[in-house]
Amino acid sequence: MKLELKGITKKFGSFVANDHIDLVVEPGQVHSLLGENGAGKSTLMNVLYGLYEPTEGQILIDGKPVEFNGPGDAMAAGIGMVHQHFMLVPVFTVAENIALGNEATKAGGILNLDETRTKIRQISEQYGFQVDPDAVVEDLPVGVQQRAEIIKALVRDAEVLILDEPTAVLTPKETDELLAIIAQLKSDGKSIVFISHKLREVKAVSDLITVIRRGKVVGDADPNASTTDLASMMVGRSVSLSLNKAPAQPGEATFVIDGLTVTAPTGQRVVDNLSLQIAQGEILAIAGVQGNGQTELTEAILGLQEHVSGSIRLEGKELVGRGTKEIINSGVGFVPEDRSVEGLVGAFSVAENMILNRYDQAPFAKGLAMKPARVAENAAERIAEFDVRTQSATAAAGTLSGGNQQKVVMARELSRPLKLFIASQPTRGVDVGSIEFLHKRIVSERDRGTPVMIVSTELDEVLELADRIAVLYQGRLMGIVPGNTSRDRLGLMMAGMGADEAQGTDPARTDPESGDK
Amino acid sequence: MSTAVSTAPEQSTTRAGAVRSWKTPITLAVLAVFALLVFAIGAPGNEVTFRLSDPGDAIVLPPIVVFAPVMGWIGAVIMLAAAALAFVQVRAGRPVPGWLIAVFAVVFVAAFLSWIVGSARTPNVALYGLLAGSVTLAVPLIFGSLSGVLCERSGVINIAIEGQLLFGAFSAAVAGSLSGSAFVGLLAAAVGGVLVSLVLAVFSIKYLVNQVIVGVVLNVLVSGLTGFLFSTVLSADAETWNSPPRLPVISIPFLSDIPIIGPILFEQAIVGYLMYVAVAVIYIGLFHTKWGLRTRAVGEHPKAADTLGVKVNRMRFMNVSLAGVVAGLGGAFFTLVSVSSFGRDMTAGQGYIALAALIFGRWNPIGAFFAALLFGFATNLQYVLSFLGTPVPNQFLAMLPYIVTIFAVAGLVGRSRAPAANGVPYIKG
Repeated sequence: MKLELKGITKKFGSFVANDHIDLVVEPGQVHSLLGENGAGKSTLMNVLYGLYEPTEGQILIDGKPVEFNGPGDAMAAGIGMVHQHFMLVPVFTVAENIALGNEATKAGGILNLDETRTKIRQISEQYGFQVDPDAVVEDLPVGVQQRAEIIKALVRDAEVLILDEPTAVLTPKETDELLAIIAQLKSDGKSIVFISHKLREVKAVSDLITVIRRGKVVGDADPNASTTDLASMMVGRSVSLSLNKAPAQPGEATFVIDGLTVTAPTGQRVVDNLSLQIAQGEILAIAGVQGNGQTELTEAILGLQEHVSGSIRLEGKELVGRGTKEIINSGVGFVPEDRSVEGLVGAFSVAENMILNRYDQAPFAKGLAMKPARVAENAAERIAEFDVRTQSATAAAGTLSGGNQQKVVMARELSRPLKLFIASQPTRGVDVGSIEFLHKRIVSERDRGTPVMIVSTELDEVLELADRIAVLYQGRLMGIVPGNTSRDRLGLMMAGMGADEAQGTDPARTDPESGDK
Repeated sequence: MSTAVSTAPEQSTTRAGAVRSWKTPITLAVLAVFALLVFAIGAPGNEVTFRLSDPGDAIVLPPIVVFAPVMGWIGAVIMLAAAALAFVQVRAGRPVPGWLIAVFAVVFVAAFLSWIVGSARTPNVALYGLLAGSVTLAVPLIFGSLSGVLCERSGVINIAIEGQLLFGAFSAAVAGSLSGSAFVGLLAAAVGGVLVSLVLAVFSIKYLVNQVIVGVVLNVLVSGLTGFLFSTVLSADAETWNSPPRLPVISIPFLSDIPIIGPILFEQAIVGYLMYVAVAVIYIGLFHTKWGLRTRAVGEHPKAADTLGVKVNRMRFMNVSLAGVVAGLGGAFFTLVSVSSFGRDMTAGQGYIALAALIFGRWNPIGAFFAALLFGFATNLQYVLSFLGTPVPNQFLAMLPYIVTIFAVAGLVGRSRAPAANGVPYIKG
């Protein structure tokens, strides 16, 4: 099945998310859409899947124009989509999720799930998926949930499969498995639209790459093009992908975690007997797939978790059991993983957000009174220093782009002397240009002699910043390894293998980027 | 390719015991000590008679006669043992088993009954009447909570159960009086319930107004409207407007003669039989049909349902309307079965108790059924006890159903899980 998009335009109010986009997906091809966050990739795919109605333009299937009034129409036309955030009902079984909207019934509208189970087993066998139809989705690892999503599309006879940022939640090993599945689907004659901003994967999987920037097609690229060229196309100017940071000059280990255990209300140990140290002037990166205890670890340090045992000491002072405000005032800077929910108050101005951690202290307050002039002054300085693109310091922080919001958070946290700096996902959803800047700021904080802890699920970022890497898996520390450890070894550790064990193995896997870092 | 699957069991190795919560054992211990002091040590020194059947029944069972202190002491010992066992369980990091709490509750109620009936002027109570009355009082509650199940399973919070019941009762009274037929009244009750539902649906689904606020406003509106019409039209000419015929009680031959359960199950007005049908149909519908799968999907993850071509808002609209039918029928119980006239605010907060039963019953029709029965039992117990003349002041007994409600909702089911998208309007895109 050949799929064509002609002049697709999608406007939200005055904002043009897609501007006359043309795209042709040939049968049996893996066609990648490469672009930064917010470039308009997901909007385009939601138009194609019938979730949004295009403002202008046409969709053609095998040369014939079609019109989708909802996802039902798109599915009937043979288009399947695996969304970035899985569209699975967590409390349903796999079979119930797959049957939904396409239910086989017996007399009287009674569900016939056996038929669905048979189909699931059939497809599982064909592609080697190993998905249990009766497992409840929320109990399954994300990799398996993703396969359930793929089965959902295949059960509905999809010929074109759209995968929206499919690797964002996967371990490197699961990613490799997904790429193998894509190859298999392709050899069965299905077309794949692969959406990503990760250059490495796009290069590995694609037959053709279309680059999108600010809602427009910038051009097509060959998968053999160099990463630097692809990145420049994506961003619109030349970018340097490597930071070239100086080697760390670690001093005294002033931040010490000893036997830290965090227990969730369910009784699960989300951080399990974890011990590590960070020296002044070094960056320790916490690597791991999302949901392996990183959030709880950082929140425990900040005093935001209940049921914490063990010890966390900063310059000899115990932090466990202290209030969050006291911990912040003792010199801990913290960039939370979700800036829009935890890092900023969206309705407050940029200036106000920049003093959220010091609003009651000099020079911004005296007694009960705040000093607006000092707040404004501080904002002007920070905006200039961090190059925050905002209409004014009084604009609501929620109106800024993701990258600029992150700069506001970083500016706040880095604008006072720190004894420890923690950043969770410092560049998630941030444009490539800003990433470069934020990384440099983190390194300069290190060079000022602050112990720095970076939590990231992006292996690229971990390798870029880390002097040492600690890998978390299901709340346990798999080991701490040097910053130049190979991707393969880190990948195995992220999947639960000990540091030494991961050293010994030599997985037969081709890494297209191994020499290119 | 199976590695992702094979890592799953490892998760269990990091599971330690649940965070120890001493809430349950402490609550049980406090209640057990209370039982020891009041039901055992403070037991009245006389015999208590529980009658199981009416002398006129086809099959007459002998009454149960117990000596109150004996019952009190046995009960207290069992409860103390249960509390101790709960402590042992929590200490070992295991959850307190549900059956233990159930046994505790049953023993507590039995000991309480023998104590309070024993202290009454006449230590003699008709157990069959107590139970049958509980079911009767539970009928509108059950309809109300089923209405809640239908709405909330599809993601719309229904605070307006009270309003639906009241308007159903009002419609049944007026239509029944005007037509002279109880069945026309029943039909009108369903229509009345739907009218309230439609307002809820339009505002919460189409205009995205906060669903709790719409619900509360609807309750106040229905109360005011029916109260106004009652004092102007209905009171002025009660003969024409407010004297509906009653629905006849249909006894099923032979089955209604079975002691205890006969009068409970097989001697009811048609509304009572409809209640059992509604519980069964909604249960099977929700968990075993295409409609139910879609309804639950829309209440849990509307976007996922939408991406599979399920029309989320249409589904919600339909279910909220259906909920109006169900609650309306429950409202008919007040004016066509219970008493044959409408009174101002006659539902008296039953809609809110139905809401509590819905939560206590974990959004499950059968759970809601049993929860409503519990509340019905508490209400009826209060009536029966005030009739017997107990040492406990009447005002305290009147609190009984509400105290049971608060404890049931707050204490025992802290882990109850609402549909994930409950109360969240669905906006496309």
